[in-house]
Amino acid sequence: MADSEATLTAHEPELKHHFDDSAQQLESSTLGMWVFLVTEVMFFGGMFGAYTVYRNLYREAFASTSHFMNVTIGAANTGVLICSSFTMALAVRSAQLGQKKALIAFLILTLILGCVFLSLKYVEYHEKWADHHVPGPGFQYADPRYFRQAQILFFLYFAMTGMHAIHMIVGAGLLTTLIVMAARDRFSAAWYTPVEMIGLYWHFVDIVWIFLFPLLYLIGHT
Amino acid sequence: MSPTLPFASTEARTNYLNADYGWKSWLFTTDHKRIALLYLFSITAFFFVGGAFAVGMRLNLLTPEGLFSHDTYNKLFTMHGIIMVFFFLVPSIPATLGNFLVPMMIGARDLAFPRINLLSWYIYIVGGVIALTAVVQGGVDTGWTFYAPFSSTYSNTHVILAALGVFVSGFSSILTGLNFIVTIHKMRAPGMTWGRLPLFVWGHYATSLIQVLGTPVIAITLVLLGLERLLHAGIFDPTLGGDPVLFQHLFWFYSHPAVYIMILPGMAVISEIVACFSRKAIFGYSFVAFSSIAIAVLGFLVWGHHLFVAGQSMYASMAFSFISFLVAVPSAIKVFNWTATMYKGSVSFETPMLYAFGFIGLFTIGGLTGLFLATMAIDVHVTDTYFVIAHFHYVMVGGMVMAYLGGIHFWFPKITGRMYPEGWAKFAALVVFVGFNLTFFPQFILGYQGMPRRYAHYAPEFQVLNVMSTAGASVLAVGYLLPMIYLTWAWRKGPRAPQNPWNAKGLEWEQSPTPPPTYNFERQPVVTEPAYNYSGEQQEVNLGG
Amino acid sequence: MGVFSIFPERASTNAGEVDALYAFLLVVGVGMTALIFFFVFLFAVKYRRKSPDDPAPKAIHGSIPLEITWSVIPFLVMLVMFAWGTKLYFQNYTLPPNNALDIYVTGKQWMWKVQYPTGQREINEMHVPVGRPVKLILASEDVIHSFFIPAFRLKHDVVPGSYQTYWFEATKPGRYHIFCAEYCGTNHSDMGGWVTVMEPSEYANWLTGGTGGSMREQGEKLFQQYGCVTCHVTNTQGRCPSLLNVFGKPVVLDDGRTVLADEAYIRESILNPNAKIVKGYSRDIMPVFEGQIGEDGLLQLIAYIKSLSAPTPSPAAPATTRSTK
Repeated sequence: MADSEATLTAHEPELKHHFDDSAQQLESSTLGMWVFLVTEVMFFGGMFGAYTVYRNLYREAFASTSHFMNVTIGAANTGVLICSSFTMALAVRSAQLGQKKALIAFLILTLILGCVFLSLKYVEYHEKWADHHVPGPGFQYADPRYFRQAQILFFLYFAMTGMHAIHMIVGAGLLTTLIVMAARDRFSAAWYTPVEMIGLYWHFVDIVWIFLFPLLYLIGHT
Repeated sequence: MSPTLPFASTEARTNYLNADYGWKSWLFTTDHKRIALLYLFSITAFFFVGGAFAVGMRLNLLTPEGLFSHDTYNKLFTMHGIIMVFFFLVPSIPATLGNFLVPMMIGARDLAFPRINLLSWYIYIVGGVIALTAVVQGGVDTGWTFYAPFSSTYSNTHVILAALGVFVSGFSSILTGLNFIVTIHKMRAPGMTWGRLPLFVWGHYATSLIQVLGTPVIAITLVLLGLERLLHAGIFDPTLGGDPVLFQHLFWFYSHPAVYIMILPGMAVISEIVACFSRKAIFGYSFVAFSSIAIAVLGFLVWGHHLFVAGQSMYASMAFSFISFLVAVPSAIKVFNWTATMYKGSVSFETPMLYAFGFIGLFTIGGLTGLFLATMAIDVHVTDTYFVIAHFHYVMVGGMVMAYLGGIHFWFPKITGRMYPEGWAKFAALVVFVGFNLTFFPQFILGYQGMPRRYAHYAPEFQVLNVMSTAGASVLAVGYLLPMIYLTWAWRKGPRAPQNPWNAKGLEWEQSPTPPPTYNFERQPVVTEPAYNYSGEQQEVNLGG
Repeated sequence: MGVFSIFPERASTNAGEVDALYAFLLVVGVGMTALIFFFVFLFAVKYRRKSPDDPAPKAIHGSIPLEITWSVIPFLVMLVMFAWGTKLYFQNYTLPPNNALDIYVTGKQWMWKVQYPTGQREINEMHVPVGRPVKLILASEDVIHSFFIPAFRLKHDVVPGSYQTYWFEATKPGRYHIFCAEYCGTNHSDMGGWVTVMEPSEYANWLTGGTGGSMREQGEKLFQQYGCVTCHVTNTQGRCPSLLNVFGKPVVLDDGRTVLADEAYIRESILNPNAKIVKGYSRDIMPVFEGQIGEDGLLQLIAYIKSLSAPTPSPAAPATTRSTK
């Protein structure tokens, strides 16, 4: 995990009393974050399951609704997120090397990219709202053959991308916290665990998008 | 041999209970033992709330026409199920005994994430308050299973509020499981290899795997249900193109493994008790340890046995039936190994052991009746009848709750530093056993005779057995009230407990004072012997079992 | 019934078989329970601690042969349970013999509506003859219910949006409970009724008491009323497939799939015609009847369309069919 040779002594405030040494603490934090990410996989998995069922049941409706997916914004967002994972990785690397300025810079960049993603998402959602494609009493669909199926498919679209967006917003909050902590000199080459853990979280949220994008935006365009 | 501690008296020493006073020291604690007590009190409170609903139900069932309105009865059984499953059974042993003992049993000073442990209790309380709000606002009437489209489109009760309460409490369960997994992997004392872990720890590890993998699925299911209720997009509503059976698949994908979350910790407790009160290592240690993991894994593959009559493909039903039989094997293995542990042991009959006997007998019956339900042609007749209700109460109440009571009595001296009154405890155990069987055995018969479940009023020919069941329930209620009284009394006024009243093996008994200090151990324990080394073998034996 | 029995009355060919399987499991269950109770009791007494100073017993860590034995033998017994149970289940859930009587059952909050091909309609009552297979076509108008006849040892959920089927053969005249067995709201526990099993001659008499025409006749009226007759019988003019001799046969669709023209297919084709288009025909020609024809009318139309086919052997297909709107 940690390349750095610096470790914490028992008197360092960052070593919690119930741990024997910093290696044990770091390994515990890392395992804990991975277990949490597994729970997230199961959480999204339920929606991916429902999506699979309805996509197979309503193939033609799915093909019809897929024309309304904004592939341009989706692709842009994919690029944005991949870049943000890159800047996040650079942030972790900077923390590892004890480079405070670089760390803060990369964290800010990641945050900015995340906000770009959310802004593009807002544009996309607004477009859907204007088209009356938001499920609920105001839902409309041009092709009456697929009205009911389309509402279900759009429901799943909003549920999956919306849940993803919520995770992005939480991630943005976590990044902000990291930036503040870094500015206050909380991190050093000897201890930067929160940066690493939130980095894992951020990469995970990126990977969820990597699955969402082809399944929702790319497939179905004949 | 592990050293025994030189403390003659447990009186004046500082321990985790008196280390600090005041409500802040409890509500902001990060000590896993104090958090376990916070859970103990809240879980007990929910048990009695759920129990109160059960009292209402059994009173209603005294006569065929019933006592309450149908709507009231429907809400009673729904809330009984929701509270008992999500706010009592799922957290019970892991959050109380597990929290208290897992770090101690592996020689650690606390769990890996003490603040997350406290957070999980707060999340549980928030979820509980939300659920109780649903009750107070008028209740829910969908059944704890929330089947669509009734729950998504037809019910006009507080479905979203109740579902939200369950959703929130799920995160408490996930965090507890996460904490245990990391703790068991990373914080074992020197010499505490996986092969030396107490089976209590193995059982909680397996439980934690299920909590972490399964609970998120019910979380998303309830989110989808709530959104459907608000937006009526149609995901579970057939009039809008949705599939109501999809809800059942999503729901049971978690809720079946959930029953193993409920029973594995009970089995974990029984292993400890049987070893101690036979003064003998558990027969077939490896088999018992791995059977917990096998149950956890197989438990994820059987959910379709709840859908045999729901319109599921016959071939899928066949597969689910087969795997349901498979998952019975590791449970049977445990029962046989516990019995074999007593062979040529030195058996004594203190209260914890009485509860263990009760567990072994009642879990055997409950588990065997599960085979009836796994058998497709029989399930067609008995599903959705009182047979199912009897089955799951045998394993949950006859099994789990007895294990819980047994565990509370077994570790009561360690937790409180005092002894409970053995005479009263034995009497209460007997009352529980008798009351339980009187309540639930007639229900097997009722079920096969055809009485469906969730019935506010029933056909007159079912009355005799219903009256018997209600009579049994009143005895059972006495059995549960008694420990409430004498344990509360004993905590304050009971005689001080010696360091190790049962002469049990285990780091929590042998290397930690009674009650323990905040950091559990005066010195870091080093483990040099296998678990349950009652015979005092010097070298590491080849664990052939 | 003066004698107490754990078994309800047996009134179908299936009941005795299920009871036999149940008895087998009871014997195994009681036997296993007795065995465990016996050994626990024996060991507890025989090896009880006589004094606190008793020496600690020697450890016996395990025995792999024993573990294998007591895993494999119970598993083999369970295989018997599995095989027997599965066989019996398949028997009841595959389609019935040719001469099965069709009865249409619709559940709705909080009653059972029963319709016969000859036109009778009943609420919460069903009449069937002894000794003849009866096929139930089960539907729901609102939420999930479950049609349960304890005396026949049979139940099946009725799921809105799809047809479910099962069959039975009654063996003993009498009146037996019908219960709803899937919680469905306020009056779930009131949603019961009675099935009356009659001797064949009595049943024939009872059947002739129908009014309003048989289901087939009512369906024919609807077929004309909704204009289906202008296209779907002989004047197709290439616009739509004829419905003569279609029911119960395979149909090739325009996407290459072949489906069976069963009750669910007909229902879906009426409510959502574009869901499946027969090969060689165009979409968007047939009107959509979603929301215009209720469940009763659909069943009558299906009865009529069935009558347009010569009787065929029942195809061996899964009994559960799904139509989604």
